[in-house]
Amino acid sequence: MIEILTIGLGHYLTLAAVLFTIGVFGIFLNRKNVIIILMSIELMLLAVNINLIAFSAFLNDLVGQIFAMFVLTVAAGEAAIGLAIIVVYFRNRGTIEVEDINLMKG
Amino acid sequence: MILQGLTFWVFATIAVMGGIMVVSSRNPVHSVLFLILTFFTTAALFILIGAEFLAMVLVVVYVGAVAVLFLFVVMMLDINFVEMREGFLQYMPIGMLVGIILLVELLMVLGTATISPEVLATGTEPIPDLSQRQNTAAIGDVIYTKYIYAFQAAGMILLTAMIGAIVLTLRQRPGVRKQKIADQLARRREDSVELKKVQPGQGI
Repeated sequence: MIEILTIGLGHYLTLAAVLFTIGVFGIFLNRKNVIIILMSIELMLLAVNINLIAFSAFLNDLVGQIFAMFVLTVAAGEAAIGLAIIVVYFRNRGTIEVEDINLMKG
Repeated sequence: MILQGLTFWVFATIAVMGGIMVVSSRNPVHSVLFLILTFFTTAALFILIGAEFLAMVLVVVYVGAVAVLFLFVVMMLDINFVEMREGFLQYMPIGMLVGIILLVELLMVLGTATISPEVLATGTEPIPDLSQRQNTAAIGDVIYTKYIYAFQAAGMILLTAMIGAIVLTLRQRPGVRKQKIADQLARRREDSVELKKVQPGQGI
């Protein structure tokens, strides 16, 4: 009972792996809705952040937290640009279904 | 120690449940709200592990900015989300398969990997004791000295993202009357005011 309550690096890494897998699963599951796909990508980036911070804490090295902050920055920029592209696309075509995004296919 | 373990299990369970609900909920608004729940619980886990500054940044940036942006876009676009659910079950088996394979691979890596003791001693920026220096101050010590160029580059990325988002979504609609401040400021007295000598009893 006590050993299950002793939290180590493996617990955090497992949590991150599960969250990452949920993100990948979400991309497969919601093949039509781009917004949910973007949310799944955010989940995957969150899992990466959990990994970085867990290693930072258990290896006693601050650099992991700093790089987690950079990942956060990129995630914020990616979400802003992605949503802007979705808004523009919806304005031009009236739909955001992934299967309809094939204008460049020829 | 027991309290820490219990807190971890509670918050980790909520985070995983929230993540599952994000990808499987019917209404995208609910998805965004569950995403916010996941971010909050992860911030709590960050506090538990000692990364207080990152926890606050996560709440401010993800919940305050990104999730609200998602909420705005979901609510602004006029989309039939029920139609979008078609084919949901069609991709379920392949998604499950890929997800389970990926998870098993990741957990197998975790199960076999160990950290050698000499790595523990070679940290470049050891975390100072919390009673000596707070987490925020410690991060500031490193980020403004050693990682200043990367920090500036992160700022440039945010600036580019901001300009890009504005340029993408800006549209000029014809026929809309707008205030032209430059024209207003460039107007001179001679252009608009004319003095006339009015003779008594004649008018203009």
